[in-house]
Amino acid sequence: MSETADRVKKIVVEHLGVEAEKVTEDASFIDDLGADSLDIVELVMAFEEEFGVEIPDDAAEKIGTVKDAIDFIDSKQ
Amino acid sequence: MFDLTGMTALVTGASGGIGSAIAGALAAQGATLALSGSNADKLATFAATLSGDNKTIVCDLADPAAVDQLVPQAVEALGGRIDILVNNAGVTRDNLAMRMKDEEWDQVIRINLEAAFRLCRAAAKPMMKARFGRIISITSVVGVTGNPGQANYAASKAGLIGMSKALAQELASRGITVNCVAPGFIRSAMTDALNDTQTAAINSRIPAGQLGEGSDIGAAVAYLASREAGYVTGQTLHVNGGMAMI
Repeated sequence: MSETADRVKKIVVEHLGVEAEKVTEDASFIDDLGADSLDIVELVMAFEEEFGVEIPDDAAEKIGTVKDAIDFIDSKQ
Repeated sequence: MFDLTGMTALVTGASGGIGSAIAGALAAQGATLALSGSNADKLATFAATLSGDNKTIVCDLADPAAVDQLVPQAVEALGGRIDILVNNAGVTRDNLAMRMKDEEWDQVIRINLEAAFRLCRAAAKPMMKARFGRIISITSVVGVTGNPGQANYAASKAGLIGMSKALAQELASRGITVNCVAPGFIRSAMTDALNDTQTAAINSRIPAGQLGEGSDIGAAVAYLASREAGYVTGQTLHVNGGMAMI
């Protein structure tokens, strides 16, 4: 797993209070990890802070899975 | 009860009649304040009368770009956190609806409602992170009852109530409460200028038989800002001597 993936995973575990093994790259934030829309907003805020990137609303809407988040952040770094 | 020691608050319209009473009440309960207003001299003079290490921030709420900067400025001035936001600033541009100009409508909506929304949106971010927040908007009895000559003002105040209910539902799970305080007739420089007949006419409409004081509003805000009010959200607390019971 890449460094980005590790850091993303850590944030997801902290914010959603889910077990680390559930946070696979294919996991959907809403369907698999129990996030609601406000959780997604918070996660995006946390990613922005952790990685120093800006995630615009239209990009944030497309982030459905853990992998989507990792790919977006990698593409900005 | 209702101790605000260690908490920080941004109050808009802080040097006005009701605003200064709200700021005074929050400071008296121990909160540290960022006082916002449009007049630097008035703000500084008022801030000097309060205890505590309070800051002043001049902001023109008619300017969306300035409004967007206000919460970040306050967070910085308050040492990195904002626990309480009080949307108190408001203006009137009274006119009968048929004579009301677009500008009169726009100005009131922009300052009373849109600026409040922008401040809520900005404040929600640090409050969500902190898992704690108190947003209190000062609306008005006329936002619920209506008032001739105030279509714009009544709409803006009713808008605050609806907006607060929506935000309350969005943010409740994060420890953030969103409420309104709706003053009735409150004593001010304007009401002091009324003659006895006018004052008597107003008082006759108020079961309590007298105008309210700014401190009555301050106390209501201090309550809603407190930790003890954590289970109260999406509500409008009417402080009007019984003139409207809603």
